Amino acid sequence: MIAILDYKAGNLTSVKRAVDHLGFPCLITNSHDEVRKADKVVFPGVGAAGKSMESLRELGLHTLIRERFDAGVPILGICVGLQVLFDFSQENQTPCLGILPGEVRRFPDKICSQSGDFLKIPHMGWNAVRFKNDHPVFRNIPAGSEFYFVHSYYPQPANEQLSVGTTEYGMVFTSAVAFRNLVAVQFHPEKSGKPGLGILDNFCRWNGI
Amino acid sequence: MLSKRIIPCLDVRDGKTTKGIKFRDNVELGDPVEMARFYYEQGADEIVFYDITASSDRRPIMLDVVRKVAETIFIPFSVGGGIRTLEDMRDVLLAGAEKVSVNSSAVLNPDIIRQGAEAFGSQCVVLGMDVKKVPVSQKIASGYEMVINGGRTSMGIDALWWAQEAERLGAGEICLNSIDADGTQTGYELELTKLISTNVRIPVIASGGAGTPQHLLDVLNQGCADAALIASMVHYGAYTIKEIKAFLSENGVKVRRYW
Repeated sequence: MIAILDYKAGNLTSVKRAVDHLGFPCLITNSHDEVRKADKVVFPGVGAAGKSMESLRELGLHTLIRERFDAGVPILGICVGLQVLFDFSQENQTPCLGILPGEVRRFPDKICSQSGDFLKIPHMGWNAVRFKNDHPVFRNIPAGSEFYFVHSYYPQPANEQLSVGTTEYGMVFTSAVAFRNLVAVQFHPEKSGKPGLGILDNFCRWNGI
Repeated sequence: MLSKRIIPCLDVRDGKTTKGIKFRDNVELGDPVEMARFYYEQGADEIVFYDITASSDRRPIMLDVVRKVAETIFIPFSVGGGIRTLEDMRDVLLAGAEKVSVNSSAVLNPDIIRQGAEAFGSQCVVLGMDVKKVPVSQKIASGYEMVINGGRTSMGIDALWWAQEAERLGAGEICLNSIDADGTQTGYELELTKLISTNVRIPVIASGGAGTPQHLLDVLNQGCADAALIASMVHYGAYTIKEIKAFLSENGVKVRRYW
């Protein structure tokens, strides 16, 4: 069973629909018992870091995520679910879970493409991810595949090794991270067509090693 | 680098698409779910549904469509038409839409934008704008005026001012429709698109007038649009999304080519 963490963070049903479509049993829950019974955890997120951390604390999920991580359970963070894994987010000046070293920063206000065009914030739409190594969750995703992003903040891992995928938007930023039994992506695999479903499928089959 | 998005728009009345039914292979489809699947597989980057049902019992029918679409396609889609309250927005988003668009209702009650952005996040709230070219006046300094009711009612509001105001209120994106170009298939309103797109920080989807791939090239380049809405040119089978993207790519526009 795959637990999709429910902490009032936007549209969880789209993640569930995608996992249902792939044929893996899953449920949306914030019950600690259900999460402990699950053999995988998806940690989605839409919205602001401040509110997300507030909800996680209220529900006691902030310690539960750490516990499941330490127990070796495969965890997939998505969007804000990636961001709050780090130490700190500039969004609402939020201290976060601190499972991954580093911080989450806002895109610079004046950000330009290589050709000098003024780029818009949020970074919204389809963009490519350059996967750096052969992680099981990102295996067999065709080169050049694009994924759907919506965000104004990006992760800056303190340790380069954590970054397993990068994306270019006026700058090169980390769009996928991996650490032991944890993977997290800044984009929305559940809204990224076949390559996104491919990543979800890989995660659903991953044993965390 | 971010790709420019190509977005088919489906008008839905009483749970059926109103136009756009004959594809090149002569398959006739009036089912919005099947059309969404078709465009998803053809490489659409996003899909816009516009509910034009007039009757008051419309909501359950459209919500049923939204739920079925959400189970079928795994790309973002938005739903607009008749969204007046926070509850309308919530229903559509919970049914599985990524975004919800407000148009006339936001002109009449701008606070709906702020409420929606606060409750669900700006990324969910699209402002639909219907705009008409008018002589420049003190009141309409940009020469573009907001209209509602399909262009029948002029609002005395400057379109550029409204776009910036909506951004300030929390709109995450603008779908900019030129009433003058809409349905003509003679090209987008480039001047209007450029004016709005270069004066807001949020993405702008150009709408109205698409007839050929060249029109999309023009609006994405000269018009500085972030995305282009298309309807008849693909619904009636004159072009496929794949052909449009190939043309844009050959002409130096970054589009998503693998799906």
